[in-house]
Amino acid sequence: MATQTAEPEGLTKNSPEAVVVRFAGDSGDGMQLTGGQFTLSSALAGNDFATFPDFPAEIRAPQGTLFGVSAFQINFGSTEIDTAGDAPDVLVAMNPAALKTNVGALKPGGLIIADTGEFTKRNLEKAKYEVSPLEDGSLSKWQVLAFDISALTVEAVKPFGLGNKDALRCKNMWTLGLALWMFDRDRAPLVDWLNNKFRKNPVLAEANIAALNAGHAYGETAELGGQLHKQHLDAVPAPAGLYRTITGAEAVALGLVAGANLAHLPMFFGGYPITPASSILHYLVGLKEFGVTTFQAEDEIAAIASAIGASYAGQLGVTSSSGPGIALKTEAMGLAVMTELPLVIVNSQRGGPSTGLPTKTEQSDLYQAVYGRNGDTPMPVIAARSPSDAFDCAIEACRIATQYMTPVILLTDGYIANAAEPWKVPDPASYEAFPVSFLEERNGPDGTLLPYARDEKGARPWIKPGTPGLTHRIGGIEKNPGTGNLDYSPAAHQAMTDARHAKVNGVAKSIPAQEVTLGNAGGKLAVVGWGSTYGPIHQAVRRARAKGLDVSHIHVRHIWPLPENLGDLLRGYERILVPEMNTGQFKTVLRDQFLVDAKPYNKVSGQPFTIAEIEAAIEGALA
Amino acid sequence: MNAITPITTTLKDWESDQEVRWCPGCGDYAILKAVQRTLPELGADPAKTVFVSGIGCSSRFPYYVESYGFHTIHGRAPAVATGIKLANPELDIWLVTGDGDGMSIGGNHTMHLLRRNLNCQVLLFNNEIYGLTKGQYSPTSREGTHSPTTPLGSVDHPALPCAFALGAGARFVARGFDVSKHLPEVLKAAHAHKGAAFVEIFQNCIVYNKDRFDDFAAPKGAEDRQLWLKNGEPMLFGSDKTGRQKGIALDGEKLTLKVVDVVDGDWQAAGVIVHDVTNRSIAHMLVEMPFGPFPMALGVIYDDPRPTYEDAVLGQDTKAREGKSTDLARLLAKGQTWTVSEDGPEL
Repeated sequence: MATQTAEPEGLTKNSPEAVVVRFAGDSGDGMQLTGGQFTLSSALAGNDFATFPDFPAEIRAPQGTLFGVSAFQINFGSTEIDTAGDAPDVLVAMNPAALKTNVGALKPGGLIIADTGEFTKRNLEKAKYEVSPLEDGSLSKWQVLAFDISALTVEAVKPFGLGNKDALRCKNMWTLGLALWMFDRDRAPLVDWLNNKFRKNPVLAEANIAALNAGHAYGETAELGGQLHKQHLDAVPAPAGLYRTITGAEAVALGLVAGANLAHLPMFFGGYPITPASSILHYLVGLKEFGVTTFQAEDEIAAIASAIGASYAGQLGVTSSSGPGIALKTEAMGLAVMTELPLVIVNSQRGGPSTGLPTKTEQSDLYQAVYGRNGDTPMPVIAARSPSDAFDCAIEACRIATQYMTPVILLTDGYIANAAEPWKVPDPASYEAFPVSFLEERNGPDGTLLPYARDEKGARPWIKPGTPGLTHRIGGIEKNPGTGNLDYSPAAHQAMTDARHAKVNGVAKSIPAQEVTLGNAGGKLAVVGWGSTYGPIHQAVRRARAKGLDVSHIHVRHIWPLPENLGDLLRGYERILVPEMNTGQFKTVLRDQFLVDAKPYNKVSGQPFTIAEIEAAIEGALA
Repeated sequence: MNAITPITTTLKDWESDQEVRWCPGCGDYAILKAVQRTLPELGADPAKTVFVSGIGCSSRFPYYVESYGFHTIHGRAPAVATGIKLANPELDIWLVTGDGDGMSIGGNHTMHLLRRNLNCQVLLFNNEIYGLTKGQYSPTSREGTHSPTTPLGSVDHPALPCAFALGAGARFVARGFDVSKHLPEVLKAAHAHKGAAFVEIFQNCIVYNKDRFDDFAAPKGAEDRQLWLKNGEPMLFGSDKTGRQKGIALDGEKLTLKVVDVVDGDWQAAGVIVHDVTNRSIAHMLVEMPFGPFPMALGVIYDDPRPTYEDAVLGQDTKAREGKSTDLARLLAKGQTWTVSEDGPEL
C-alpha cells in the first residue's frame, strides 16, 4: 500500500494517504460482493486501490466456524497503491469467527466494527470464545464499534415484508452503506447496481437499497456519539480513459488471447484442475469465439502433451498449472525444447513442496523454472509483477514462444492470480503484431527439406502437418542439425545443444534493457525483486528514499535470459538485497550469472511481504 | 479414419529414407510392411497422415513411414494425438504404441483416448516384454515370466489389452499378429471405423521373448488355434478337411462361451454363434477367452461407432461462437468498468 502515515492515527484525523479495510464474515454473508462493490465505489471516488480476497479452502464450511470465514481486503488511497495493504485500519467483523481469525492483523488503534447480533452464545462457542471478546476487555488496544447490525437491518427492511432469513441477507448492504458513509462515498452508483441486479425482483432491490441507506444514516448517528468520523481521501490523478478491475487470472487469460491474436494463431489450452491455476481455464472456456479451444485433460502430463500436439499441428499451445502440476509437466517441456515447438506454460506458484500450501502464495518455483529439467534444456522465463502486468507478460510469452520456436514459462503466483487492481483498458491495436508464418516450400539446397534449418534468431521453421511435400519426422531423440533425422553422433549432440542454448540466450537481444524501477543507476543499495514482491518493495524503497536513504529498486521481468545490461547495472551498487518469498532462489541466479554479492532477504510463511518488513530490511542492509 | 479424397500411392511412396534399426527378424518389420502395403489401398495422402508414437521399439515406427511423424515421450502419444486432432481434425492419425508404452506408463492416456473416442487408429504392438530396455517383464507378460527384473518368474497377473480397451469404452477392438496375412484387412477395418480404433498386434520380439506367440501364431496347426472373426459369419475354427471343425457357442445357463464340435459342417446344429461386431457382451467374452481351452480370437472383435470426440468438441465450439463478437477491444473492456475524464471517474 502507499505511504501509510508512519504513526498509526486510527481514524480520528481526516485524510490519511491510504486506508486498509477488511470485510470479514461467514462464507454466506456476502463479503466478496460487499468488497467488490466497495472497490467500485473507491474507483469512482478516484482512489487508487488494490484488493485481495481470502476465502476458505473448504468448499462449504459449516456456518459460524473459524474455517468458514471469508474476507476481502482493500487498500485504497489518494496516492499510488501497489499492494493490498500491510495491516488493516478497519476490520468489519460480521460474526465472532470473523473477529477471531482477523483481529490479529488489525493495526494497533484500528477500528473494529462488529455485529453484536451474531455474538450469540452458540456463535461464540463455534469461534472458541469462552467469553464475548466485546465484553472482556481483550480488544482494548483497538477501537470497538459494536452494535446490532442484524437487528438494525431487519428493522430497516421491515416495510418490504421479507422473511427473517431474506431480511438478514441484506446485512452486507447495510454494512456497505456504513462504509460508504465513513469514506464519504456516493451511494447513487450502488443504488443503480442494486436496481439492476434485482431487476426481476424489485422488492429485494428496494429492501437492499433501504438497508444501504439505513447503514449510511447510522454513520451520522455514530458520528454524533463521537465514535466515528467521516473521512475523505482525495482522488489520485489518473490518465483519462476506460478502466476496469482485473485479477491476475483474468489478465493472464486475456493476455494469452491477445498474444495468440497478435501472432495470428488460434489458441489451444490444455489444463487440469489445480489451485490456484484453474481460474485461467475457467475464464478461457468462455472465450471460444476468440479462436480458443480448451481441453480439460486427464492429468497434468496430458494437458501439456496435448498442447504440444496442438502446437505441432499449427496452433499456439498453452498449458497452465501450479508447482506440483508443473513438476509433472517437466518431461514434456523437454520434448517441446527438443522438437522446438512454441508453447506457453503458466505457473501460478503456491507454497511448496509437494501439496504444500495450495491456497497461499510463494515464489519458490524459480529454480524449477530456470534449472529444473533433465539435460541441458534452456527455456525463457518471464515473471508478472501484478494482476495488470500479467496481461503484458502473457503477450510477451506468446511473442517469444512463436518467434523463437520455444516453450516459455510465465510465472505468476497465488497472490497475483486472486488479487485485483484497477487497469486502464489497453487498445489491442497499440500492441505490435508478431504474425507467424509456416513453411510452405522445401527450404534446403536441391529441393531438400531442412526442418531444423535456423533463421537469424536461431529459430527453426514451423511446418504444419497437412502441408503437401513437407512430410518429415520429429521427436524427442537427438537429431541431425539440418534434417532433424535421428542422429546420436557426438558432433550432432554438441551442435544441437549449442544451437538450443544460443537460441534461448539470443532472446535477450529482443527484450528491453533493464531499467532502474525507482532511484538511481548506481549507489549504496539496490533492492532487486521479481514477481509479486514488486508492490511491497516499490513502496518500501519509496519510503526509504523519502527518509533520505540511498536505495534503488530494480524489478526484473525477464528471469531467463536476463537483460544483457543487468550485470553491469548491479555492479554499480555497493550492496544488493534480494527480497523473495522463497529461500533465496533469484539471489542464486544473480550470483550465478554475474558473480555479484547479492544478499537474500526471505519469507516463506505463505503471506506476502509487508512494506514495513522490507523497509526494515533496507535499513538493516544500509546499517 | 477420415473422409478423404483418395490419393494414388504405392508401397514405395510410404518408405522413408531412414535406415530401419530394429533387430533383424523383429516382428516390427512385418507390421511396418503391412501398414505400408495398406496405406495405398486406403487412398491415404502422406501429407495428411500423421504417425504418432511414444517410446519403445514400436515407437520408432514413425521414422520409417514417409508421412508426418511425431516420436513423443513415453506413454504420452495419446495425449499428443488428442492435441493434434483437435487442432486439425482433417489429419488422419495412426498412433503406434507398445505394451509398456500404452498399457503401463501410458495406460491412463490410452484409457482416456478410448473413452473420449478420438478418431484415430491405435496400434498396440504387444510383445509381452520391454525390448528397448533389454528384456524386463511387461504388464502383459504371462505369470512366471523370467526376466532380468523377475529372475524367479513374474508373479503379477497380466493385463489384457483388448479387455482393457473395451472396459475403457472403445468402440472398435481388433486383434492380429505381425506375420499374419490378414493383418492388412484388420488395419483397413480399423481405418474404416470412425472413432478410436484399437488394434492389438501380437509381435515377436526375437531377442527377449522369442516365439512367445507360436502357440497360436505358428503356421502349423494354425487353423485349430486361431479364430478369425468375420461379421455375419459363424465362429468356426479347425479344419473341416481333417474332421476337426469346431465352433464357439454360447452356454446360456452360465452365460459363457464354449467350444463345440461341428459335425459335417452343420454349425447351426452345433449351436455355433454368428459373429455380430456390434454385440458388446460377446466381444467382452471373446477378448477374455483363455487360450488353450479356446482358440485365440483374432480379427475385428467389436465395431460399433458412436460420435467422435473431436466432432463433439469442435461442434460445440462452433455453436458457442455463433453470433459472438470477436472484437478484442470489447472483450478487454468487459466487466466492472469506469471512465476517468477531466471531471473525474464515472460509470
